[in-house]
Amino acid sequence: MIMSGATIQASAPARETVRGGRSSLTRSRIRAAWIFIAPTLIVLALIAGWPLARTIWFSFTDANLNSLNDYEFIGLENYIANYDGEWLGLLTDTDWWRSVWNTVWFTAISVSIEAVLGTIVALILNASFPGRGIMRAVILIPWAIPTVVSAKMWNWMLHDQFGVINDMLLRLGLIAAPITWTANPDTALWTVVMVDVWKTTPFMALLILAALQMLPGDIYEAAKVDGVHPVRVFFRVTLPLIKPALIVAVIFRALDALRVFDLIYVLTANSRDTMSMSVFARQQLVDFQEVGLGSAASTLIFLIIALLIVITMAAGRVRLGGETR
Amino acid sequence: MADVVLKNVRKSFGRARVIHGVDLDVKDGEFLVFVGPSGCGKSTLLRLIAGLEDITSGDLFIGGQRVNDLAPAKRGIAMVFQSYALYPHMSVYDNMAFGLELAKSSKAQIDAKVREAARMLQIENLLDRKPRQLSGGQRQRVAIGRAIVRDPKVFLFDEPLSNLDAALRVQTRIEIAKLHTDTRATMIYVTHDQVEAMTLADRIVVLNAGRIEQVGTPLELYHRPANLFVAGFLGSPQMNFITCVVSHVGSDGVQVQLPNAGMITVPVSSDGVRVGETVTLGIRPDHVKVSAQGTLTGRIELVEELGENHLLYVDFGKDRHLTIREPGDARHGIGQEVSLSLAPESCHLFKDSGEALPLIAPTGTPMARSPSPATSAA
Ligand SMILES: Nc1ncnc2c1ncn2[C@@H]1O[C@H](COP(=O)(O)OP(=O)(O)OP(=O)(O)O)[C@@H](O)[C@H]1O
Ligand SMILES: [Mg+2]
Repeated sequence: MIMSGATIQASAPARETVRGGRSSLTRSRIRAAWIFIAPTLIVLALIAGWPLARTIWFSFTDANLNSLNDYEFIGLENYIANYDGEWLGLLTDTDWWRSVWNTVWFTAISVSIEAVLGTIVALILNASFPGRGIMRAVILIPWAIPTVVSAKMWNWMLHDQFGVINDMLLRLGLIAAPITWTANPDTALWTVVMVDVWKTTPFMALLILAALQMLPGDIYEAAKVDGVHPVRVFFRVTLPLIKPALIVAVIFRALDALRVFDLIYVLTANSRDTMSMSVFARQQLVDFQEVGLGSAASTLIFLIIALLIVITMAAGRVRLGGETR
Repeated sequence: MADVVLKNVRKSFGRARVIHGVDLDVKDGEFLVFVGPSGCGKSTLLRLIAGLEDITSGDLFIGGQRVNDLAPAKRGIAMVFQSYALYPHMSVYDNMAFGLELAKSSKAQIDAKVREAARMLQIENLLDRKPRQLSGGQRQRVAIGRAIVRDPKVFLFDEPLSNLDAALRVQTRIEIAKLHTDTRATMIYVTHDQVEAMTLADRIVVLNAGRIEQVGTPLELYHRPANLFVAGFLGSPQMNFITCVVSHVGSDGVQVQLPNAGMITVPVSSDGVRVGETVTLGIRPDHVKVSAQGTLTGRIELVEELGENHLLYVDFGKDRHLTIREPGDARHGIGQEVSLSLAPESCHLFKDSGEALPLIAPTGTPMARSPSPATSAA
């Protein structure tokens, strides 16, 4: 690079070097790069950028699902407005804040449990034992079933009268009366977490397993010769080495969990106790036909998720696609 | 006391038998080197001693104690891996200290040990670096340092220098030799490199297909290989082998008829070979000389100049070849006919089974060829 820069300087007019001091080779490489990524950028703009922009725009209007073309710009009134000294709008809506809290709580708890369980499952699958190949396939089944199907299935298993779970617990004498798992405010969100853990732990385990298989085997032999206790080896060697992969997996899952919809909607419908942000937005948009308000909720979801991701990445000090070992 | 004794040690992986009954007695403080072709089981044998693999049958004693069922950490050994096996996320200091951080040693003790080892290996200024910020030679030294801080009775090295360039290899080799002199620990060392084996070893073990072919001091193995395999394996360029027929057996040795050439009487005892039997004559390239009145004549096929010496490849009919090493620059060209003489006292004879014929009583042999059976320097 230095060489070619020097050549250009010597032979080409001065303005060549003034323009950022790049050689013509570098410039043509940059141009080629833009040409290659342009199709992706255009597609992304069409399928992600345009709907997002439209949603944000609708959030500043009073659009209604009945008459989508007949709306007025109302500024921030969907978010916050003062009518005769009374504060209204999304930001003052306790139901909205409750759904935010539910979502964050659900995400934190389920992703934490999944990370721990996923790591354990991955460690087991990484050990060599007979039938490991089959186990690796079997464990993926919950992940392979569409969420709506598995949610319906769990709905039946958790049914307060006919559900197999209540039946088992009753027979074992662990509970005295059937529990309405999905309707009872005390158990509803935990039930959702449980089903989510059941469904997505395999995904987590698979990502972590991939990281485990990248680890060099010789350092474990070195630790064995040094007589380091396996638990210590896990916390001091394995965990630090799979941490980058683990953080990426957690971010993936957290993104997923923050926009959770189908699982909660199928298991508990529009129940306030479990309503997530996405369920709230859908309710505004479809059930109440308030496109403006629903769009405002969607915009807030976008902002909240973006903010949480930034915080997580800063905390884990990972730059996706950044530092390599 | 840290002698290592193997008694009829065998190892199978499933149905694949890898080590077929090895008996070995490594003395306390000895530097023992395993050599052998790739896949012969050198690493496996070392890993059996380390306890990284289970012994299928036989007994292993370290310092008089049977350790077959003892965990690697309890055997008083330290191992240096070919791939270094450093913890990539830890600093050099932590790499060396990690194995010591057990309840027993205090922080100050660990610190003293690590710094002492770092000083010894001249890596004090690297202690804060991560392995990826080190060169291959520096990594290797860290790996050795990690072994040193454990204060082992037995050091195990698996081809520790094979990833280094030639100059660094020589330097690190000297450091390992120094480490052996300093610590007086028993060392078992696996290598592909003959020079490493010859220079470092008190005794060399030549392995082939899971069996020991010969154990002895480097010069014993070089001058008196017990069989064809050892003769061919040690020395570069390889020893020349010529198939020939026994023409006379006497008290002064065994006389053989060279193909397309004269006879030669090799001063070895017959050990049961009879006239008419086929044997293999072996002679190292240095012991074949171009001379006016040789036993053999042939045509030079190729000349390789190496500076301090040169190699001649001579064809003496029916696809029979001899390699000759002579000092200085070549005085002959390709295609030239030369006459070659073989020094009889430098010849080896091998029976059909591959076994070498023993020397006649030591009184009659020139001193130069029969090094005293020197044992370890310990
Ligand atoms: N875990 C294993 N399972 C099955 N076979 C094995 C295993 N480890 C080694 N072997 C076999 O044992 C034989 C000896 O292997 P080993 O690694 O000891 O050879 P080596 O002498 O160290 O070779 P190299 O010089 O190439 O390192 C080889 O044939 C190898 O295929
Ligand atoms: Mg090996």
